[in-house]
Amino acid sequence: MRLLPISALFVLALAATSLLIGAGGLSPAELLAGGDEGRLLLLASRLPRTFALILTGASMAVAGMIMQLIARNRFAEPSTAGTVESAGLGMLTVTLLAPGAPVLLRMLVASAFALAGTCLFLALLRRVPLRSPLVVPLVGLILGGVISAISSFIAYRYDLLQSLGAWTTGDFSAVLRGRYEMLWLALALTGLACVAANRFTAAGMGRDFATNLGIDYRRVVAFGLSIVAMVTALVVATIGMIPFLGLIVPNIVSLIMGDNMRRSVPYVALFGAAFVLACDILGRVLRYPFEIPVGTVMGVLGSGIFLFLLLRRGARAG
Amino acid sequence: MIEISGVSKRYDETVVVDDVSITLPRAGITAVVGPNGAGKSTLLTMIGRLVSASAGRIAVDGLDVATTPGARRLSILRQDNHIVSRLTVRDLVAFGRYPSSKGRLTRDDAAHIERALAYLGLEALAERFLDELSGGQRQRAHVATVLCQDTDYVLLDEPLNNLDMKHARDMMRLVRRMADELGKTIVIVLHDINVAATYADRIVAMRDGRIVRSGPPEAIMTSQALAAIYDMEIEVARIGDRMLAIPY
Ligand SMILES: Nc1ncnc2c1ncn2[C@@H]1O[C@H](COP(=O)(O)OP(=O)(O)O)[C@@H](O)[C@H]1O
Ligand SMILES: [Mg+2]
Repeated sequence: MRLLPISALFVLALAATSLLIGAGGLSPAELLAGGDEGRLLLLASRLPRTFALILTGASMAVAGMIMQLIARNRFAEPSTAGTVESAGLGMLTVTLLAPGAPVLLRMLVASAFALAGTCLFLALLRRVPLRSPLVVPLVGLILGGVISAISSFIAYRYDLLQSLGAWTTGDFSAVLRGRYEMLWLALALTGLACVAANRFTAAGMGRDFATNLGIDYRRVVAFGLSIVAMVTALVVATIGMIPFLGLIVPNIVSLIMGDNMRRSVPYVALFGAAFVLACDILGRVLRYPFEIPVGTVMGVLGSGIFLFLLLRRGARAG
Repeated sequence: MIEISGVSKRYDETVVVDDVSITLPRAGITAVVGPNGAGKSTLLTMIGRLVSASAGRIAVDGLDVATTPGARRLSILRQDNHIVSRLTVRDLVAFGRYPSSKGRLTRDDAAHIERALAYLGLEALAERFLDELSGGQRQRAHVATVLCQDTDYVLLDEPLNNLDMKHARDMMRLVRRMADELGKTIVIVLHDINVAATYADRIVAMRDGRIVRSGPPEAIMTSQALAAIYDMEIEVARIGDRMLAIPY
């Protein structure tokens, strides 16, 4: 398969572009020429930002794919399943109750909230009688809406709206060295999930299919949800929510090469990274020297692509 | 040998399978027949460990299905296989090797996959996605997966669903070959008593969650027995060496 190296090169090219542009007051030529100022900008800001983009894109896209297999629904992803909003509520809770808590503890609390929210989503799904494919994301969006309303209420009372805003809108402009490294953990968790790729694919075929193959369905689901919850919590805490990413990327890859996770997961990761890089670059050049947050670019682009997929998939599902 | 002793299944207060006890010997084809809602699928899924029994015990080769992992001993194909995933036929069939290979396909596994595809006449469709197939083609892909799993016991729930006459006959001949040439023990739920009488070695007839008759086809294919099973008058005609049930 020649496609993989080509995709990887494409991501590298985008990453190089991302390194060279921005409102740092340095032209690409000056950056490349070296010098202390250039090196500092590169190491302290541009490089971390580019890494953050790649890590977030890859891990959120794969998280979306896992959610879709587990929920057995094309439109499930952390931001349409209450996962993101729950992680935000978790961050808020830990900030209020234990302001001095170490980062790792904050992450664990946020992950626990994210996991609980997603389980609530799946439990709700089991009680919804009509399981039209589109009802599933609707349930998730409503649940997410309720949770974020609770968060807003609490944040308003305790004057934390600004922090909440940072968790709910994805923005890479504040990424600096020392402030994004948790995202490597997200990538490591994503890699760990790939070990169970075959089991996730089997789970996507249904509980009975997996059980017949001797796979412990509940364990696979629990494992997948835990990974998704932790990855989401890490991304929400460092970058903020990036809508549609986990939805669009796996769906496009699925249209091209199907849902065998073992085969498609590298493409989902690469394409996820490419998509976030591209949106961020676009946000930086469109109104240069001002920046449009990546979440906004993604929201506009994403909803367009989402609509397209919806119409296409809808026609298919019949 | 499948030993079913005192097995019941309740959903809330409704008893769906009611204190069933029967022993199915090793080898050959056992057909399970009966009216809709008789509990055939429920019984089959309990043997296939997809659903747990409310009471009683099911053992395959002496091992309790509730406590022993058995994906290499027994495989089951359910009646409805609603699928959302886009997998190719070959990928689906390859999953049949999962219990033995855990995802690392050996050359032996590859041979199994090709053989299963060939048995079901799916070579030309191997790279097609499941959502691009007709219902009957999809059904054959599912049977190929179970065949590929290559277990001693194979449970099939109405595998003739969606199949045209020719493919239905091919499927039953294939099931016969699996029993005769590969020595598998097959339990198959069949909708059509005449198909059961033609291909099965034994027929187990269920009604209202109980087994009302069981025995060789000759014992079941009588007006009297069929009336007890289906609660209607059914004439049995002999054509050559075949018996045909004709409802009227
Ligand atoms: N999950 C379930 N919950 C409640 N009732 C069920 C469930 N599954 C099956 N039943 C009921 O059990 C009875 C037997 O079903 P089934 O075993 O599928 O019958 P058959 O396969 O013989 O047509 C039916 O009346 C059906 O409605
Ligand atoms: Mg049935």
